[in-house]
Amino acid sequence: MSQDLFATFTELLTEEFGVPEDDIKPEATFEALGLDSLDVVELTLVLEEKTGVKLEDEELEDVKTVQDAIDKVAEKQA
Amino acid sequence: MSERIAIVSGGSGGIGAATCLALAAGGYQVLVGYGGNEAKAAEVAEQAGGGAQAIHLDVTDEDSVTAAVARATELGTLGAVVNNAGVADDDLLLRLDAARFDRTIEVNLRGAYLLSRAALRPMLRARHGRIVSVSSVVALRGNPGQTAYAASKAGLIGFTKSLAREVARKNITANVVAPGFVETAMTDDLPDVARQALIDMAPTGRGATPDEVAATIAFLASDVAGSTTGAVIPVDGGAGI
Repeated sequence: MSQDLFATFTELLTEEFGVPEDDIKPEATFEALGLDSLDVVELTLVLEEKTGVKLEDEELEDVKTVQDAIDKVAEKQA
Repeated sequence: MSERIAIVSGGSGGIGAATCLALAAGGYQVLVGYGGNEAKAAEVAEQAGGGAQAIHLDVTDEDSVTAAVARATELGTLGAVVNNAGVADDDLLLRLDAARFDRTIEVNLRGAYLLSRAALRPMLRARHGRIVSVSSVVALRGNPGQTAYAASKAGLIGFTKSLAREVARKNITANVVAPGFVETAMTDDLPDVARQALIDMAPTGRGATPDEVAATIAFLASDVAGSTTGAVIPVDGGAGI
């Protein structure tokens, strides 16, 4: 599950935001990957289209890294 | 290719109706938003052509705004929104109670906030969008008897400039058109003195027509306006000189 989500995030970040695949690690922060707060909101919109999981804005407050986002989505899918 | 959709709030009024026609001429399928005048909105949609439709859009009601944006995304790609719905409830400040002030802000400013916010999600996904808000020359110059109206319209300017900065990188623009005196049903209600004072502000010596305002809005809503953002464009006969 977590591996699948990591693959999903990797695809989104490379295709939609042009992040080099090698930079994408679970512990990487979105900020370090070059995403600002608006990009993170946009990321959640794409994520919703791909996975059907809707992350509310307030849920994003403590999402800093790729793993944080994976955990949130996994928690919602469970 | 997917249809480009534009939503115009207050689309059945003078500036709104002219804007719907101008946007349709520019290739948009227009959703003519109306608060109360369905028959007039339907007439505007028919005149506009290009698949234009009248839709109920109460900008004070978040559900109504959300439904309008959802309708747009069902039909195609939401390319533009025009925050045009507005009320003018003019009176001297000492006679203007808080409920009347709040109502003016609720429609003119909060309504633009609700519609712009709802439109932003699909625009962000499309990485393209045009948000145009209709302000007024009184936002810049003030006018006796219009404290609430001027405050709401000045609010649109600060709102737009901040929004423009937030979303510029995503190829979404936000701009303001600031008409001076325009001959519409809304300005028919102005006392003669106030009407004349507005006309006298303009070196052209006349009010602008709804078509002149609409043409400026249509430009800002067009693809070629991508480098114009956070701007306040007067259509005021030179009143701001």
